[in-house]
Amino acid sequence: MFPIVATEELVPRVRLYRIHAPRVARKAAAGQFVILRVDAHGERIPLTIADWDAAEGTVSVVFMEVGTTTTRLARLKPGDVIADLCGPLGNPTEVENFGTVCLMAGGFATATIMPIARAMKAAGNRVIIVVGARNKDLLFWRDRLAENSDELIITTDDGSAGRKGVVTEPVKEKLERGERIDRVIAIGPSIMMKFSSLTTKPFGVKTIVSMNPIMVDGTGMCGCCRVSVAGQTRFACVDGPEFDAHAIDWDNFMARQRTYIDEEKRSLEICRCPTA
Amino acid sequence: MSQESGGKAKAKINLNRVSMPKQAADTRRQTFGEVALGYSAEDAAREAARCIECKARNCVAGCPVAIDIPEFIAAVKSGDLAGASRVIKRTNALPGICGRVCPQESQCEAVCTLAKKKAPVAIGRLERYVADWELGHHPAPEAPASPPTGRKVAVVGSGPAGLTCAAELARLGHAVTIFESLHVAGGVLMYGIPEFRLPKSIVQAEINYVKSLGVIIELDAVIGKTLTIDELLADGFDAVFVGTGAGLPLFLNIENENACGVYSANEFLSRVNLMKAYRFPEVDTPLKVGKEVAVIGGGNVAMDAARCAVRLGASVTVVYRRGREEMPARIEEIENAEEEGIAFLFLTNPIKFDINDQKWVSGMVCQKMALGEPDASGRRRPVPVEGSEFTLAIDMAIVALGTRPNPLIARSTPDLAFASRGTVVADEATGLTRKKAVWAGGDIVTGSATVISAMGAGKTAARDIDRYLASL
Repeated sequence: MFPIVATEELVPRVRLYRIHAPRVARKAAAGQFVILRVDAHGERIPLTIADWDAAEGTVSVVFMEVGTTTTRLARLKPGDVIADLCGPLGNPTEVENFGTVCLMAGGFATATIMPIARAMKAAGNRVIIVVGARNKDLLFWRDRLAENSDELIITTDDGSAGRKGVVTEPVKEKLERGERIDRVIAIGPSIMMKFSSLTTKPFGVKTIVSMNPIMVDGTGMCGCCRVSVAGQTRFACVDGPEFDAHAIDWDNFMARQRTYIDEEKRSLEICRCPTA
Repeated sequence: MSQESGGKAKAKINLNRVSMPKQAADTRRQTFGEVALGYSAEDAAREAARCIECKARNCVAGCPVAIDIPEFIAAVKSGDLAGASRVIKRTNALPGICGRVCPQESQCEAVCTLAKKKAPVAIGRLERYVADWELGHHPAPEAPASPPTGRKVAVVGSGPAGLTCAAELARLGHAVTIFESLHVAGGVLMYGIPEFRLPKSIVQAEINYVKSLGVIIELDAVIGKTLTIDELLADGFDAVFVGTGAGLPLFLNIENENACGVYSANEFLSRVNLMKAYRFPEVDTPLKVGKEVAVIGGGNVAMDAARCAVRLGASVTVVYRRGREEMPARIEEIENAEEEGIAFLFLTNPIKFDINDQKWVSGMVCQKMALGEPDASGRRRPVPVEGSEFTLAIDMAIVALGTRPNPLIARSTPDLAFASRGTVVADEATGLTRKKAVWAGGDIVTGSATVISAMGAGKTAARDIDRYLASL
């Protein structure tokens, strides 16, 4: 059993939970994830480790309330327990002094890029962060983002904060201007990662994405999370989750992500029922 | 009768084993309830009476964990079921599991003296009967307590190898902790073998017996990630047994294999057995089951996947590249599958999947095969027949080609020696690896094999670990 130490609503429907899991906290590194199961009837879902504190024995995860499991999770309060949490899983982000690193984040991935930004800064990189949201009310941690970057660009779809548009635009402009970017890391919804990849590809800038396929065990046992990378089948849970964006078969990946859309809707209807 | 028994005055030996009742095929297709129903008390008494308690005792040698078979059967004969259980549990902590899933026809029963004449004593069914009698609320025999040795052993993986090794070491007085990556203990007994062959309540009851011996099980601990083998050794464990199995699924590596609707058997069975997806949406894990399902492979895992899919309402075809005689699955399971209406396409090999505009699998292009010369495994090698391609219309495929050891242990323990297929190199007689204080056994050493061979390896390693601990 894994007690929830603290919860924080970052923006409506997006929450950060600090969970007591000392063994995971001791090992965690930027880019890794955990698999958790809320209760005895629960499914296993992967969530990226957004932060950790080895001394305190906690790991933090961020999730958006979108389906059954995240809705169940959102009902829990500090002091409640999560049945299972295992990790840290997957390979850590490759961190070295690349020169200039551009981190692109969409949606609540704003939280999950923070440890990567910190690690990249510590490795001596110049860090550009580009964060996108639908509108200003969905932005959070602007101060922390500023603190962990040399340049921070915010975009909103409606222009209510930062510049109007999507995250790919400022990056494209930079590359067109000939600004030097040695590595791009894009994390967020698949569509955002796909377009980030398409943006950088003509410029030949090495681009890493953190894949978010459906997972079951998260330890390499089943291949549910398999991704076609450069024509090879790779398991995101043990070979990734980060891969070279330019080598990914995005259409196959996004189709696989939609596998259970009908079941997810059906499950959520039951979950929302007041007697649940 | 007189001719069958060699014309001598042995007429009182019944050469026909007592059959075990099972659910009819048409009713069991609707349920995950156990197919084989087990012996009644009368059945068990009649079957036990067939054992001639011969001096040869070949059955004991045929059992990988050397259960004292004639002794436990003698106890059943005399109606002393508690005594029978005590005899079994001296050497086997998991009889309810073994009685169900061991291939007795190639082990204890194969060498039974009666097998030379006709049907061997149904040792597996009797073992199961004793275990079930006990699990039906008769207290398990207390293990003779050994004085604590003060030594600590870490067992990695809670499948059959790890559970057996842990139980044996605990009996010998060592403090044992099992580390399991999943949220329940049991390994393949929980995620792989379906409920209708091996009820999960029985697995958990037998695991509880192992815990009652003093074994601690830590779940959600992925060795290789959460902790490494070196950290276990540094954290005060005197020895480590690695029984992490062979859980990495093999794929066909053909076009469109990553299409939606193509599952590994491990994923399909994990969703069904471990996550109970057949009860969705009462449980949260979903599963899509097609109307026309192809299962590729000919082993027990293929039979399990096919029979699960039938129970979820699918029409199922097993596609196997060799012939029926070459199938590695147990004959009993092939027959069960046939009774349940599963179709078989032998000498058939998939060469690509077709997909629809939603990127779901819509067909499987296959090629007919012919049997050529025997290969390294001694089985005749299938060779493609030119121009024999045809397409099977399917909306789901389950790939059951076998598994390899998971790479997590290899990646995190570079000084453990591995063979070409990712298996750990370990001494056959002792289970000792090339790394000091580390033993291994079960599928991680042999590649995918049987439950009982894993248990035998767990037991062998436990004996050697005990010798090692005594020398410290």
